[in-house]
Amino acid sequence: MAEKIATREAYGKALAALADTCPELVVLDADLAGATKSDFFKKACPERFFDMGIAEADMVGVAAGMSLVGFKPFVNTFAIFASGRAWEQVRNTVCYPRLNVKVIGSHGGLSVGEDGATHQCIEDFAIMRAIPGMTVLCACDGNEMRLAVKALLDYDGPAYMRLGRLAVETVTDAIDGYKFEIGKGVTLRDGSDVTIIAVGMNVQMALAAAEKLAAEGISARVIDMHTIKPLDEALVRKAAQETGAIVTTEEATVLGGLGAAVAEYVAETCPVPVVRHGVNDVFGRSGKAQAVLDAYGVNADGIVAKVKQALALKK
Amino acid sequence: MEKTKLQQLKLQAARARLLGVQMVHDAASGHPGGSLSCMDVLTDLYFSQMRIDPKNPADPDRDRFVMSKGHCSPALYPVLALRGFFPVEDLKMFRRIDGHMSGHVEMRHVPGVDMSTGSLGQGISVAVGMALGAKQKGRDFRVYAILGDGELAEGQVWEAMMAANKYHLDNLCACVDVNGLQIDGATKDVMPTEPLDQKFEAFGWHVIKIDGHDFEQIEAAYAEAAATKGQPTMILAKTVKGKGVSFMENQVGWHGKAPNDEQFEQARQELEAAIKELEG
Repeated sequence: MAEKIATREAYGKALAALADTCPELVVLDADLAGATKSDFFKKACPERFFDMGIAEADMVGVAAGMSLVGFKPFVNTFAIFASGRAWEQVRNTVCYPRLNVKVIGSHGGLSVGEDGATHQCIEDFAIMRAIPGMTVLCACDGNEMRLAVKALLDYDGPAYMRLGRLAVETVTDAIDGYKFEIGKGVTLRDGSDVTIIAVGMNVQMALAAAEKLAAEGISARVIDMHTIKPLDEALVRKAAQETGAIVTTEEATVLGGLGAAVAEYVAETCPVPVVRHGVNDVFGRSGKAQAVLDAYGVNADGIVAKVKQALALKK
Repeated sequence: MEKTKLQQLKLQAARARLLGVQMVHDAASGHPGGSLSCMDVLTDLYFSQMRIDPKNPADPDRDRFVMSKGHCSPALYPVLALRGFFPVEDLKMFRRIDGHMSGHVEMRHVPGVDMSTGSLGQGISVAVGMALGAKQKGRDFRVYAILGDGELAEGQVWEAMMAANKYHLDNLCACVDVNGLQIDGATKDVMPTEPLDQKFEAFGWHVIKIDGHDFEQIEAAYAEAAATKGQPTMILAKTVKGKGVSFMENQVGWHGKAPNDEQFEQARQELEAAIKELEG
């Protein structure tokens, strides 16, 4: 039985474990440490943890200042505030001068559940990706998250990473030769009829969808695209050329995120049908997380339907 | 205070004013009004207060400065040039497509600039982060910032005030350039911010009110800030927008407008006369 853990939990533990190895690592939160799981670091290393209060704009600027005197700050809050409230601070004060600040948005997507639309950030991929020079990540499971945190700490430059609230099954630890590298997607399952390119917890949905499709005789490749920007263009091109159809899937608006990144690249370089699966330009709503995801079709069946649409376009 | 030192500071500020007005004129765009108003408090920082070495601009133990009102590049760039961070001739590259001197203060291409700014309210948070970082590292460098009084309407400024108070950042000294004017009119009409002294005191800052064009008061204020322990210092510098150029003084229209050739000629004559008198 594979480990089931929320990526926010894996993140918090990984960050805490790195405290001793990197004296420059500092962690800031905006009164949400218990939810973002930065409290693991707070317990492990209280002298390098800073609670900046409910003031995300200031938190991002303070982190920028700390980076300028030699620290490696990770700032933490919910995705909606990290990418939304503080967007222009991230753009002008972190990315424009290319400072080494890691912006971490927990509680991304519809799977926030009961808290509803105000807290279900579906735009973070799109608006963070729009900033020049920004790296955008979202790991799919605990194993990948642990490696992503280490990679982010070692990476010198601005980056945004989304964390998920729900516990998710670990799938990357069973892959032979799996390694994590920023900007390099991972093929989790091979296939020849279509490629499903997924990010975050949609990777597990994509694997389930591939099983269902296999039962119908459709061979689907599944790519875990943990880095939305910079996009692994070589892997996308290979998928387009070898399978002739692509479905993207993300727990985010289909406007501007992973689906857009893939569609833009494929349309300009190796045109094949690309069908985007995600949230269709609407706000989320309250409910149990799985019920919300199902209500918006963000599940394996939703992906299966999009695959059939893509295959129809391919013919 | 030695008379010669004050005279030297006044002279550098007058030279910086001329260079600032010249670069705005040459670029036919830029922000002269607020640059001229903060020129004296800024000149004093770079020529009297800050521990800096233009030959080693990346020294980790140097004092830091953040121009939170980042449109005032025509103040900071001339002061950095006069202080020796780069040749005065580089100012010709201001706001030009073939140049490297961005319209708003920029750190990656202009030697001596510690932080890129331009979006109001954001620089002061960065200064807080630098000061917090110095404390965290046990380093003794100091951090300075200049804000505009119009900028104080940005909520982020007050977030930063709370954070500086929380961490007792006595290595941080900020200065508000209280020239009373902003783009759309008088600050008291656009968005009243007074009483500033009571507001900053309520936020836990040590407040000093000065005439921002009197170098004796400026020197005393920075010394008082350096001697203040356990809390950050806010200097409220009452200034004249457009200071030093008669037709720009206290005129809201000179916030972000370049002088034409005729106007520049008059400004040049006035500032050169001031420089000549100070060179005496």
